[in-house]
Amino acid sequence: MPNKKGVEKLINKKGRRIDGRKFDELRPIKIDVGVLNKANGSAYIEWGKNKILVGVYGPREVHPRHLSKYDKALFRSRYHMAPFSVAERKSPAPSRREHELSKVIRECLEPTIFTELFPRTSIDVFIEVLQAEGGTRCAGITATSVALADAGIPIKDLVVACASGKIDGKIVLDLSDIEDQKGEADMPVAIIPRTGEITLLQMDGIFTQDEFEKALQISIEGCKKINAIQREAIKNKYLVEKASIEPEPEETVNEA
Amino acid sequence: MIERRQFVTPGELLAEGDYNSGENTYRENKKIYASKTGLANFVRNNVYVVALSGCYIPVVGDLVIGNVVDMRLGVWLVDINAPYISVLFASEAVDRSFNSRREEMTKYLTIGDVVLAKIISFDRTKDPTLTIREPGLGKIPLGHIIDITPTKVPRLIGRRGSMINLIKRETNCQITVGRNGRILINCAKLESEALATKAINLIEQDAHTTGLTDRINKLIKKEKKESSIHAK
Repeated sequence: MPNKKGVEKLINKKGRRIDGRKFDELRPIKIDVGVLNKANGSAYIEWGKNKILVGVYGPREVHPRHLSKYDKALFRSRYHMAPFSVAERKSPAPSRREHELSKVIRECLEPTIFTELFPRTSIDVFIEVLQAEGGTRCAGITATSVALADAGIPIKDLVVACASGKIDGKIVLDLSDIEDQKGEADMPVAIIPRTGEITLLQMDGIFTQDEFEKALQISIEGCKKINAIQREAIKNKYLVEKASIEPEPEETVNEA
Repeated sequence: MIERRQFVTPGELLAEGDYNSGENTYRENKKIYASKTGLANFVRNNVYVVALSGCYIPVVGDLVIGNVVDMRLGVWLVDINAPYISVLFASEAVDRSFNSRREEMTKYLTIGDVVLAKIISFDRTKDPTLTIREPGLGKIPLGHIIDITPTKVPRLIGRRGSMINLIKRETNCQITVGRNGRILINCAKLESEALATKAINLIEQDAHTTGLTDRINKLIKKEKKESSIHAK
């Protein structure tokens, strides 16, 4: 969608975006691991103003039974936006868009999971978007793969996703909601960082070939930064717990 | 090459070259990577990861604690905290042949019962089957059951049983550890049961740290001292 006259500027004279970011700057990202007690694994991500909660169940028995696969685990995912996640109330019924996102998220994570280790079982992922501000599918993918690791499901690598796009003729990283709507192009990319394989590549808008290549490049660089945050988040779950329990009172040392 | 007991996340490179890929790792192009979160370790050229979370996968010969959840003709279905429901045949519950036309199965076990059982068969294609036809196995009449993460059971047992024997000795409790992460505690005194539970929960929480046996020892000694002061 070309930027028509009268629409507010997405990039100011100093070369900063609406929220003050540089072209290749990510929004602040925070990931918490193991936030849900009843799920086998869980993660909560805050990515800019996006707030997403992910729960992972399994491997567990498949319901309904006839869906089970004899040689591998069934991997299911549900992406859902809460009615209060956007300005106008969103109907809680799964929309066309949510069905699509559930599918692309499922297909982008499945290649990393060793499903063949758990035949006749299912691994279920529930992604709840509590607050949306553009880029929820990328944030969802990033958080889900952390939650899978937290559940102790064997995976090849943590999948990480990040979008890039074109606003006011410039290629930028990690589009926010306004940039997505008013900009010219949006391209979410998910990669397996260790091998550099791309597991999700969607595009909405128009890029020239050079622009596409540049956008893909900055997406991959962004993904690698987020991957470091993912690993840090998993480590923190254990290190923080350790710190809270470690200091045993000194008095007990002498008495034995 | 990684250090011993290094914390790793899935996809991290563990070793390169002539190594064997052990538990919770995978090999790609002569390189070995972690597939789970945990502590990486190696014995000679075997590289493996001690996972910090994950479900219980049945292994033949394992001692497990299960709940009877359903009954069919001649079988009980037992939940053993695994992705698969296990089957306990009536013939594996009594020492003679069992005729379900003449005898009531509920005489032996019924829905809601908790059993200590051993896994006698399991593979990718068939659900696990159990037996209670061995001394010590069968319906659990009393005690307290606590759940821990199944992957942390080896840590609770310790090297050649050092950890679990420490808790048993210090608290005077009977403790039976099911490989599926269910632990049965039987104590004469309520305080020692609470102490054993506390110690086991601490092991569950701190399974990834070193010097845990010492800390458990200190915890038990301290708690025992405090409770003896209260008793006076």
